[in-house]
Amino acid sequence: MIVKALLIVAVVAIAAGLARGGARRLALRRVGLAVFALAAIGGVLYPDTLTWVAQRIGVGRGADLMLYVLIVAFLSYIATRFAHDRRTDRRLTDLARCVALAEAPPPRPDGR
Amino acid sequence: MGAESGRSAAREGNDRNDTPDGSADSLPAAGPSLAEDLDDVWVVVPAYNEAAAIGPVLEGLTAVFAHVAVVDDASSDGTGDIAAAYPTVRLVRHPINLGQGAALQTGFDYVLRDPAARRVVTFDADGQHRAADALAMVRRLGTPSDLGAPLQVILGTRFGPGATAGAGRARLGVLRLAVAYTRATVRLPVTDTHNGLRAMTREVVAQLRLRQGGMAHATEILERVRASGFAWAEHPVTIDYSAYSQAKGQSMLNAINILTDLAIGRSR
Repeated sequence: MIVKALLIVAVVAIAAGLARGGARRLALRRVGLAVFALAAIGGVLYPDTLTWVAQRIGVGRGADLMLYVLIVAFLSYIATRFAHDRRTDRRLTDLARCVALAEAPPPRPDGR
Repeated sequence: MGAESGRSAAREGNDRNDTPDGSADSLPAAGPSLAEDLDDVWVVVPAYNEAAAIGPVLEGLTAVFAHVAVVDDASSDGTGDIAAAYPTVRLVRHPINLGQGAALQTGFDYVLRDPAARRVVTFDADGQHRAADALAMVRRLGTPSDLGAPLQVILGTRFGPGATAGAGRARLGVLRLAVAYTRATVRLPVTDTHNGLRAMTREVVAQLRLRQGGMAHATEILERVRASGFAWAEHPVTIDYSAYSQAKGQSMLNAINILTDLAIGRSR
């Protein structure tokens, strides 16, 4: 069961990597990450539980449930990325504008 | 019907110290002013990779207006260097490409630094506009609208009587679609929505905060005009669709971009 060891290591590494970073909403994100890591490790160790959960909520197999969760996670990732990119774009625009205006000549040479 | 007026009467309080522009400001120009009553006028020209066209554009503008500001949006073809060769032209260079809306906003921020600036014109760098149209539009600012309030915004239109839009049929179709969409969403009865030629008073420009880097800034301006209740009118202008501007950015694909920007911009 080498794959189980590899998967668990990967989950722990990702969770540890994501736990760092900005201070905002860090606590919430850490809690979410802990839940995610535990669920992922549980799923790796006891695949049957995944199937059991899947059947309880009306999905056929555990693998299908995984796929759906993955899709939702991916889409939410895109959404947060998009919002983040827009904020970054705005800050970049403001910064670039400041630079442009700082380097521009005065509107009236005589400074009136 | 070329001059449809806005509903500024409803928001009289917003037209703070509305001195009718032009007549009040007759300070003698220290600079190379061409017409004394135009010393308070700034022309903002956003330019991105327009080296092939911007020379004649600046020739035409500097022959009429003393104060022209070119915002070079990080062109890679030497547009900025061409503009810098005109001694009366003020050049503002974006360090990175930010889009036309951002270039306009930079130009607005720049000209507002001049306390004597009372009227601002936006003018495309690709040679499709005529300086004579810009002059006529500037002269209409401050004249009474149909409702009697002094006009604060003059929008160039390709579709009013007296205007010529020498564009292909397909492009006209898309433009009209954009107009219909904007009329419905912004609720301003304009006949043209993506015309880069405009004249505005200082108080209008001071309230503009364009966030859309791309082409949807045209809609943002109209939204501000409606929200603030500025007195506005349209002015028929001639668009010179040269082979150059045809090939440049005025393609069908660009029109599609405008529509997409609009649709996305609404939901932001």
